[in-house]
Amino acid sequence: MMKRTVLAAAAAAMLAALPAKAADYKVGILLPFSGVYAGLGAHIENGFMLGLKDFGGELGNNTVSVVRDDTEADPGASLAKAKKMVLSDKVDVLTGIVSSAVLGALRDFVHSSKTPLVVSNAGNDDATGERCSPYITRVSFSNSSITRVMGPWMAKQGIKTAYLMAPDYAAGHQMMDAFRATFEAAGGKIVGEAYPPLQGTKDYGPYISQAKASGAQALMTFFAGGAAISFVKQYKEFGAAKDLSLYGAGFLTSAAYVHVQGEAADGIIASLHYVPTIDTPENKRFQDGYKAAYEGKLGSEFAVAGYDAAHVIVKAIAAAGGDKAKFKDELNKVSFNGPRGPLRIDPATHNVIQNMYIFRNEFADGKVTQKVLATIEGVQDPVNGCKM
Amino acid sequence: MLTDPSFWLVQGLNSLQLAMLLFLLSVGLTVIFGLMNFVNLAHGSLYALGALIGYSIAEALGSVWWAYALAPVAVAAVGAVLYITLIERLRSAGPLPQVLVTFGLIFVLMDAQRYLWGTDALGVTGNVPFSGTIHIGVEPYPAYRLFIIAVGFAVFGGLYLLLNRTRLGAEVRAGVDDAETAAALGVNVERTFFLVFLLGCALAGLAGAVAMPAFSAEAGMGVGILVPTLVVVVIGGLGSLSGAFVGSLVIGATLTFGTALFPDFAGVAMYAALIAVLLFRPHGLLPARG
Repeated sequence: MMKRTVLAAAAAAMLAALPAKAADYKVGILLPFSGVYAGLGAHIENGFMLGLKDFGGELGNNTVSVVRDDTEADPGASLAKAKKMVLSDKVDVLTGIVSSAVLGALRDFVHSSKTPLVVSNAGNDDATGERCSPYITRVSFSNSSITRVMGPWMAKQGIKTAYLMAPDYAAGHQMMDAFRATFEAAGGKIVGEAYPPLQGTKDYGPYISQAKASGAQALMTFFAGGAAISFVKQYKEFGAAKDLSLYGAGFLTSAAYVHVQGEAADGIIASLHYVPTIDTPENKRFQDGYKAAYEGKLGSEFAVAGYDAAHVIVKAIAAAGGDKAKFKDELNKVSFNGPRGPLRIDPATHNVIQNMYIFRNEFADGKVTQKVLATIEGVQDPVNGCKM
Repeated sequence: MLTDPSFWLVQGLNSLQLAMLLFLLSVGLTVIFGLMNFVNLAHGSLYALGALIGYSIAEALGSVWWAYALAPVAVAAVGAVLYITLIERLRSAGPLPQVLVTFGLIFVLMDAQRYLWGTDALGVTGNVPFSGTIHIGVEPYPAYRLFIIAVGFAVFGGLYLLLNRTRLGAEVRAGVDDAETAAALGVNVERTFFLVFLLGCALAGLAGAVAMPAFSAEAGMGVGILVPTLVVVVIGGLGSLSGAFVGSLVIGATLTFGTALFPDFAGVAMYAALIAVLLFRPHGLLPARG
């Protein structure tokens, strides 16, 4: 296990402004560094480390040290590692978690051990709904919040019929159900849907042909990672774009791999809590810093979630003034402008309240860029049965 | 939709394309099965290996054509190592140890693939032949899928000639029909088996290399396709080239039209087809032994 320490040098002027008391904090990072989600784990950790560097100055004379371990995206192994971090490494806060299944497995342990967990990816609606906990704070997104905004917007563009397609697992169904509810409420009609298996051959040919034959105006989808790359390419090869426009949760054309999709991504419209082309000083600082630190790579929405998780933790530490009990409460009172825009934590669910961006991918000169078509501000989940 | 001719055309081509991949995989398996009553459950892993090796070759040499040419050779070489170290010893061990060992091999090969290539889906970024869209009538269709279909038919034609016009083919047919008598007549059945095994591995590698540009390559991708491949072998009839071809067409169509027409029952439809064939033709549609 690697240990990294970020020590913030305290300037005399800042010392005077801050409460005199300070404490040493230990952060446990739990991310998949092997297995299917290894790529995402690396993005989130890169973002987190950059965030500690960028905001470390706000720590005053508190210190932060980091321990990290690999969840292997395996619920059982993750629980054992979380227990070790809390019981033997004595971490003050856990962060990370890509897979919703891992989050589900950790929930009862962090709840009963009263260890704060700052979630930087896993989008399962339940985690800030029926299975919410005062100790779980999510800075990434909830599945339903991503696609819920697309229903009314697409209806307003004159789209009357849509076909749904997503992998057959919890996230796929949550994303599609949220879209269905708002699209139908806005007068739209779902004319068909298909849920290909999550694992196995990535041949979407029969499904795409079927969606085309349905006569729908729009194809609303959620695919991520390798499946998203294959799906977008096959959609293009089947010449489906002419009659059936492609829409999706923004992971379909994530900044992490849209360059591989290239021309095939042209024209796809999607919604997400972050796009790399947001024109704010906060985003410019993040993207410039990310490029400088990580071989000129583009910072993805996954990296932003890690970056903001670090920012939330740093701000809570600064506000707690050395009081570790207060730190746990402060995590949920944080608000700031991050790379993705204004961000705060919902006191009722501890889910993030943030902007959603509806954007079109545009391919020109061998590069894909994202043009923001609409910004839906302050998207907040309903309480969904959460009792704090 | 059902009266729309383009629905039948496009989904028909989709099912033909899937059938050709299944054929490339099942033909090696069925002849090994028929010739020596040996079942190699790790055959699907060789398909994944073909795709991954094909990916590396295409990225290194800048052309997918090299992948088509070299991936089958590389996979056959892996097959030769497996044969010499494991499979030859298992020949007389009976079906249960064979199934256990080759089942274990699935996991060994999958983790080896994860170790070497990582866990991401890998797609070639360079030039892929036939990457555009062809219009059949008014209906657009991916040209590459037509290429996969053409490869399948070409391999079927080549194997048909090999089996019916060459000495090796005659030895294979004799071995499938009655291995003891063939051996008594001076056919080196062991050597024939080894060659057929290598050819089967090479075809699995070819299937992987041909599938890779369209569906990307991923460690463990062979596990999902193993079950339909085994169903094809049983439906077609053990040891039969034409059986593997016909069985592939049946299962390709069942899976594709099942997905299109009854999405919730597509998986069941394949087994229903299997049961129906076994009820009426217990030895498969075109068994090699009469």
